[in-house]
Amino acid sequence: MKTQDHDRERSFTVSIFTEDRIGMLNRVTIIFTRRHLNIASITASESEVPGVFRYTIVLQATRAQVDKVVGQLERLVEVLKAFVHEEEEIVHQEIALYKVRTGTLANGAVERVVRENHARILSVDTQFLVIERTGHVAETQALFEQLKPFGILEFARSGRVAVTKPMKELSTYLKELEAK
Amino acid sequence: MKTTQCTGAQAVVRSLLAEQVTTLFGYPGGAIMPIYDALYDHRDALEHILVRHEQGAIHAAQGYARATGRTGVVFATSGPGATNLITGLADAQIDSTPVVCITGQVASALLGTDAFQETDVMGISMPVTKWNVQVTRAAEIPAALAKAFHIARTGRPGPVLVDITKDAQLGLLDFTYEPCTGFRSYHPKPELSHSAVQEAAHLLDGARKPLMVVGQGVLLANAEEELLRFAEKTGMPVASTLLGLGAFPTDHPLYVGFVGMHGDYAPNIKTNACDVLLAAGMRFDDRVTGDISRYAKQAKVVHVDIDAAEINKIITADVAVHADAKDALRALTALVQPRQHADWLQEFSDAKAVEVETLAQHTGTTGELRMDEVVQLLSARTGGEALVVTDVGQHQMVTARHYRYRSTRSNITSGGLGTMGFALPAAIGAKLAAPERTVVAVIGDGGFQMTLQELGTIMQSKVAVKVLILNNRFLGMVRQWQQLFFEKRYSFTEMVSPDFVTLAKAYGIAAERVEARENLEQGMARMLGHAGPYLLEVMVEKEDNVFPMVPTGASVSEIRLA
Ligand SMILES: Cc1ncc(C[n+]2csc(CCOP(=O)(O)OP(=O)(O)O)c2C)c(N)n1
Repeated sequence: MKTQDHDRERSFTVSIFTEDRIGMLNRVTIIFTRRHLNIASITASESEVPGVFRYTIVLQATRAQVDKVVGQLERLVEVLKAFVHEEEEIVHQEIALYKVRTGTLANGAVERVVRENHARILSVDTQFLVIERTGHVAETQALFEQLKPFGILEFARSGRVAVTKPMKELSTYLKELEAK
Repeated sequence: MKTTQCTGAQAVVRSLLAEQVTTLFGYPGGAIMPIYDALYDHRDALEHILVRHEQGAIHAAQGYARATGRTGVVFATSGPGATNLITGLADAQIDSTPVVCITGQVASALLGTDAFQETDVMGISMPVTKWNVQVTRAAEIPAALAKAFHIARTGRPGPVLVDITKDAQLGLLDFTYEPCTGFRSYHPKPELSHSAVQEAAHLLDGARKPLMVVGQGVLLANAEEELLRFAEKTGMPVASTLLGLGAFPTDHPLYVGFVGMHGDYAPNIKTNACDVLLAAGMRFDDRVTGDISRYAKQAKVVHVDIDAAEINKIITADVAVHADAKDALRALTALVQPRQHADWLQEFSDAKAVEVETLAQHTGTTGELRMDEVVQLLSARTGGEALVVTDVGQHQMVTARHYRYRSTRSNITSGGLGTMGFALPAAIGAKLAAPERTVVAVIGDGGFQMTLQELGTIMQSKVAVKVLILNNRFLGMVRQWQQLFFEKRYSFTEMVSPDFVTLAKAYGIAAERVEARENLEQGMARMLGHAGPYLLEVMVEKEDNVFPMVPTGASVSEIRLA
């Protein structure tokens, strides 16, 4: 079972479904901290099932490490289920917002960059405009590089949101859990 | 369901009564005063033991739990009261001990404001509890406690902390108590996989040199009978981890000893010679495995554990049986072929003979008393039937090696955390849980001084524990490492101690010191024959070492005999 692939460090996405409780985020992150694993991004929101929260955590680790983390996450009393996914097993996106000076619109260059990158202008103010781009990190980063010469006043990128490719639904798992 | 109005504090006490709690350990303070006040009305039904330090309360609760399997209960106040519990929580967490701690907290309006004696108890205790919860409303108290007891004792047991704000204690509610029987995110009892059991049975049937290592999971599952039946049917040798001691009678012909760093020679070296290793209710602690890259590599590993997170955590299992040890052993016994392994068992006897002979060359009966002689005498005089609580250090390993445990729940020690100061309070709890048994705390001169204030608890609550101090005037285990691995540079391990006998007498506890071999028999007899608590201090050799030993980083087969 111990293949090379098991010990190769790469990006994993961990999806954790929990009860909606105070301190849950803390309980979840402690598991990573204890193993000295750095979380690259984290998002949390209610899932498709009311009252069930979904945490999506991206990290660099080996399969061996991440499997153990998932075991320990599932041991948490209020975790319903945790899944680990390789990059190709999920569809994922991040959203990025870029604030640049309105003056940069003058010669049409910024507009072109926006169009070419499939980004859009979210709002325009007399002072600044906000550009939005949804995509993978590489894509939002590429736009960042292209906007840089115009002067970026502010930049923010969300954590990853992801859904999995397998068709089994969370509600099916929940029914299984409740039936036990 | 009938309901009656009461305060949150009264609800706490009523909930404990509903959970059939009869004994608890604690220490009062401002933030938990309403609960103590409610307790006053029920002090006949609920025996509260006033300890001398909250660490003592939780260790006593742990001893209570481990002596009987019942959940230990602790009361402590906010701030320092709660933080004093942390060592015990960590100990109970790593050694899977069911404990429910109830801590008082400042009023909810003051949370997060650095109010007097306010500490983030939730944050601090989160990593060292199986579950914790903060209750800020009186009405939530019964359900929170019901859930706490359910979580503490089911599945892999562990400590739970319930932090109750003062306003919740003072608030009113309509009290009804409904025991918790489960909730959707928690599935403590895994379903036994029949295919896994079949695979395991198949491996065992084909094994020529099978070895079983049992851990505390067998005790926690109350599976001692099932273990005995399984072992006798398969005829396979049975070894034990430190916390598993007592799950299998040590005088049984199939018992081959204790594994790990200071375990027996035979089961350690045979771990690297067996063809199937069956691990039941144990978690491959590094003190058990030594270097894992050279641990049982030749063997097929069958791992039975109730905690899925333990499977494949350290040692990859060829067959994983995610189950309660009782269910798994019962199912396995039904499937396996009856076997005998005379030649293989002979190999263990031969290895044992080597160990006995080598160790004998290094010990004499002329110099100062040694720890092993004292423990052997204790074992003989109690017929292996005492409940022995050990602290941490050389005396702990010597006791594990030389006490001939004959019955279950007779060995209580701090295994995973190695908490010095554990034994004295844990013995108090154990004695209260099992008053009919002889309870002996074996402690080093160092560890005794970490919680010796609990002599006051022994005095006040008249707890008839026997305290056996093996005094080598050193922090012996650390000194041993300094001798073996740090060129005898005894950096701060020599310890000057007070007169323990006089100290015990100050607490009204009968006590004596034995220095000479010829006085040991009588001293031991007086301690065991005495009706109440007794402290026996035995002066032992200063620089004795515990062998065998698997040095850190070595393989179990590189175990040293001298
Ligand atoms: C709370 C705590 N502090 C430090 C240690 C490290 N430690 C392990 S064994 C030991 C020596 C124990 O000495 P003593 O109680 O005299 O027992 P002996 O080893 O001499 O039998 C020490 C200091 C520990 N296990 N626990």
